[in-house]
This record gives sequence, structure tokens and C-alpha cells, in this order.
Amino acid sequence: MQWTINGQIRQAEVDFRTSLLDLLREQFQLSGTKKGCNQGACGACTVLLDGQRINACLTLAVQVQGRSITTIEGLASGEALHPVQAAFIEHDGFQCGYCTPGQICSAVGLAGELARGWPSAVTADLAADDIAFDRLELRERLSGNLCRCGAYNGIVDAVAASLGQEAGA
Amino acid sequence: MRAFDYHQAVGSEQAIERAMRREQARYLGGGTNLVDLMRETIEGPAMLIDVSNLARDIEESESGGLFIGAGVTNAELAADPRVRRQYPGLSRAILCGASAQIRNRATVAGNLLQRTRCAYFYDIGAHCNKREPGNGCDAQEGFHRYHAILGTSSSCLATHPSDMAVAMVALEARVHLRGRDGERVIALTELYREPGERPDLETVLTAEELIVAVELPPLPMAASSEYRKVRDRASYAFALLSVASMLELDGATIKQVRLALGGVGTRPWRAWKAEAALRGRPANAATFEAAIDAELAAARPQSDNAFKVQLARRVVISELNQRLAQARQGGEAS
Ligand SMILES: Cc1cc2nc3c(=O)[nH]c(=O)nc-3n(C[C@H](O)[C@H](O)[C@H](O)COP(=O)(O)OP(=O)(O)OC[C@H]3O[C@@H](n4cnc5c(N)ncnc54)[C@H](O)[C@@H]3O)c2cc1C
Ligand code: FES
Ligand code: FES
Repeated sequence: MQWTINGQIRQAEVDFRTSLLDLLREQFQLSGTKKGCNQGACGACTVLLDGQRINACLTLAVQVQGRSITTIEGLASGEALHPVQAAFIEHDGFQCGYCTPGQICSAVGLAGELARGWPSAVTADLAADDIAFDRLELRERLSGNLCRCGAYNGIVDAVAASLGQEAGA
Repeated sequence: MRAFDYHQAVGSEQAIERAMRREQARYLGGGTNLVDLMRETIEGPAMLIDVSNLARDIEESESGGLFIGAGVTNAELAADPRVRRQYPGLSRAILCGASAQIRNRATVAGNLLQRTRCAYFYDIGAHCNKREPGNGCDAQEGFHRYHAILGTSSSCLATHPSDMAVAMVALEARVHLRGRDGERVIALTELYREPGERPDLETVLTAEELIVAVELPPLPMAASSEYRKVRDRASYAFALLSVASMLELDGATIKQVRLALGGVGTRPWRAWKAEAALRGRPANAATFEAAIDAELAAARPQSDNAFKVQLARRVVISELNQRLAQARQGGEAS
């Protein structure tokens, strides 16, 4: 089987039961992606599949053969951090850091969804093309990532800053 | 997890043929429910036929409704401009479900066929008639806050967990199925069985039958449909109760209405009795109260979920009042 992982073509022969999460961590030693609940409930395993955020624990490696996966290890360019990574440092978006790779990948996916004009459950007028964008929207859109340390305020500040939004209201 | 074979389907005919040739074959959408259940050893198919790359389009139907491929993701469907304009209550219902990550993988067919989140179903050490027919139901004497009050039996109290399906039964969605005898089309409300004595038989699908599409009929009043979900935390939790609603007035009289409930029924619950008590009646508080009482007369609450009767009553009345206010505003504007 073959995948493009962080821009590189990678191959491995794995059992069909192998999750994308175990493939990344155990076959390719990409241990930045974390295993929290292993059942879709925490978001620690969030990676980008063709640019969209998904839970690697609920995805079988075989389901995404041939596709492009970006993990936390693939976001920086050389020594230059991805803007979302830099914002997490600047705004104290973590304490222990366990949820952080998932939070950051999730925030990168979220930015793409906003750019496409996708609404969320708290968008008042779903038919509108322009989505009024505030802290409530961000919190809803990040709700698939839990933080046991409760660093949520810093996380929302960091994501808001990386999107060029004031983290007001 | 039990070992299995995997096959990526290239067309629906071929997928069905494969399913017919192999015992214990299962279709795979995004896998967000089935993979989890396989890991928990609650499901153990011998073969997965991945159909997530088939039927990926949303098209306008000749009648002016929408024809949604079974493989469209939950995220794509909720974001589709036509769904947002013509059926906003459906967009909202989908967006109230799971998380952005899960919605990016979950498919329309997989969402409709996702299995209950009953804790006793998930706990292989507990008794569950859905998992093992005749095994008993630990929910009956257990913790039933998250369980159903409508459509239950002494064999099962489990709710159907889908938000999307609740909005879709309100819209009278039709499900296009393909199997060994060709295609058939059924109402979504007919897809699900009530548990009765066989809670393991959840739908009317035959083993190899494939969901190929969901059709939404045109429905002008659905442009002001809404979905309200009540849960234990603000996001990323299953419903304690949810309400899909829409309303059309003729002067001060209710001309047409659709109402469906989630979190309280053993299947996505179309509130037929309430609708019958609303249609053709004056749009006021007394009518709304009588209507929801008619629906809830059949409720069989347990000690932990008795609150759902009052909750459903209040939220339905509040939602109908809001749809009424919107309909009046719309009437003044035109
Ligand atoms: C943490 C968590 C929270 C969640 N919260 C919510 C929530 O609040 N509200 C909600 O509604 N849902 C919620 N979900 C459930 C989620 O919506 C479902 O897991 C998802 O919709 C299933 O879609 P899928 O394509 O991944 O299905 P799969 O897991 O691939 O399949 C599910 C079932 O459908 C069958 N199937 C798939 N495609 C077809 C087809 N074309 N024809 C016939 N059979 C088919 C499979 O065989 C399987 O039995 C949650 C899930 C998780 C993990
Ligand atoms: S480890 Fe995947 S969501 Fe928790
Ligand atoms: S920083 Fe510790 S779990 Fe989020």
C-alpha cells in the first residue's frame, strides 16, 4: 500500500485492521499525532486528508491508500513554523501539549472550511454567503478537539490570531 | 478486531455482486461508526466493501427537489448552497452532529445506518437484545437518561442516534436502494423498524441491499425549516432531545406542518399525531399544546428519562412559536 505523507511517497504492507493512526505512529514513527480515546471522541489524532481534517483513529489505513496526508510534522517549512504553530506559542495555546498536534491540525482544517464559506451549527443564517465570524463560531468549530488541561481560552486566542481575527466578543 | 478482507468498489452493481458472493460482507462508508464497532468486537464482518467513492454527487431532481448520492459526506451536504437555501433545517441538523472531523468522513448512507449509542449495547459485558437476540436488556433496570420514551419495548429502549435522519424524516426523504432484484424506493420513515421483540432487526434492508441515494422532494416551506438540539454540553454530544420543524400558514390557520423528534424515539421520530392535531387548526398556544400532548400520550418514560416528556413538550411548543413568528413575518414581507 502507498500514501503521500507530508509530501513524500511512503509504502508499507500492513494488515487491513491497521488504523491510519497506528500506521503513522508505528510504521512511520510519526509520533506527533496522538492517540487519546481511539474512538473519535477527543480529536488528539486529527490529521489532514487532502487538506481536510479527519480523525486518524477512525480511519483504516487501507481506506485512504493513494491519498495525501499531512500530520503535525508536515506543517512547518524547514525551521519556519506554520503560522498556527507560531500562534499557539504566542498565545499559550497549550499546557501539557498532548492535545496540541490535533488542535493545530484541526485549526488548519478549520481555516480551509472558513475559506470555502462552510457554515457551522451556530451560524445564525445558514443561507447567507458571508458568515459573521466570532468567538462562538470558533469554539463550535473546534469542539471536536478536547483539552484535558483546559487550555481552551489560549487555544481560541491562538486560532483567532492565526486567522487574523480579534479574539473579542 | 476480527480479521477481514477489504475491497474498494468501482461501481454499485459490482459492489452488490461482491456482497452477494460473500457471507458476512458489509458495506463501508467513512467507517466512523463501523470501524469503531469492529474494534469493540460488537461487529465482525468477514469482508468490507468500501463504497465511499461511489455516488458522490448532489443533483437537482426533475421535480425541483434534490437527489443526494449515498457517498456524499455529511460536511459536503451541510455546506451545499441548495441545501442551505431550500432545506436549512437539514444543514443545521447535520452540523449539530458529531464533529467537523467526523463529518468530513461520514457519508449520507453511513449516517442513516449508524447504530445506537446505548451504553449497554457498547458494553459487551452487559445484556443486550440488539447485540444478541434473546440476551435481555440491561437498560430496562439501568441508567436510562439517554434512552427513548417513544417506540420502546420491553426488549429495547435504545434511541436512534442520527440528527440528520430526524431532519430527513420531517422532509419526507425517499431512499433509493439497489439489491439483487434491482432498484426500489422507500420512504425514509419506512426504512427503520421499531424494536418490538427483535431489536436486532433495525431496518428493512436485505443483506446485500445498498443505499444509492436519498431524494428530497421539493417543499417550499422547508426554506424556513429549523433544527433545535438539546444536549448535556453545548457541542459534540448526542441529543437528549432534538426537534425538526417547519410550518406554513393560511391566514391564522396552520396550512401545513412537519415535526420530527430525535433523542426520544427508537427510530427517527416523525410526530404524525402532533401534525394531525395541528393541520387546519388555528395557530395558537392551545393548538400547540394539544398537539404535542397527543404525540406524547404514547410515551413510556423510565425513572431517569421522565424529564424528557416535559422537555419535549416545552421545546416543541417553543419551536412552533418561533416557526409561527417567522411565518407571520414572511407573510407580512410578501
Ligand atoms: C464521537 C462521536 C460523536 C458523534 N456524534 C454524533 C451526533 O451528535 N449526531 C449524529 O447524528 N451522529 C454522531 N456521530 C455518528 C456519526 O454521524 C456516524 O458515525 C457517521 O454518520 C457514520 O457514517 P459513515 O459513513 O462513517 O458510516 P460507516 O461507519 O462507514 O457505516 C455505518 C453503517 O452503514 C452501513 N453502510 C454504509 N454505507 C452504506 C450504503 N451505501 N448502503 C448500505 N449500507 C451502508 C455500514 O455497513 C455500517 O453498518 C458521532 C460519532 C462519533 C464517533
Ligand atoms: S484518538 Fe482519535 S479522536 Fe481520540
Ligand atoms: S494541553 Fe494538555 S490536553 Fe490540552
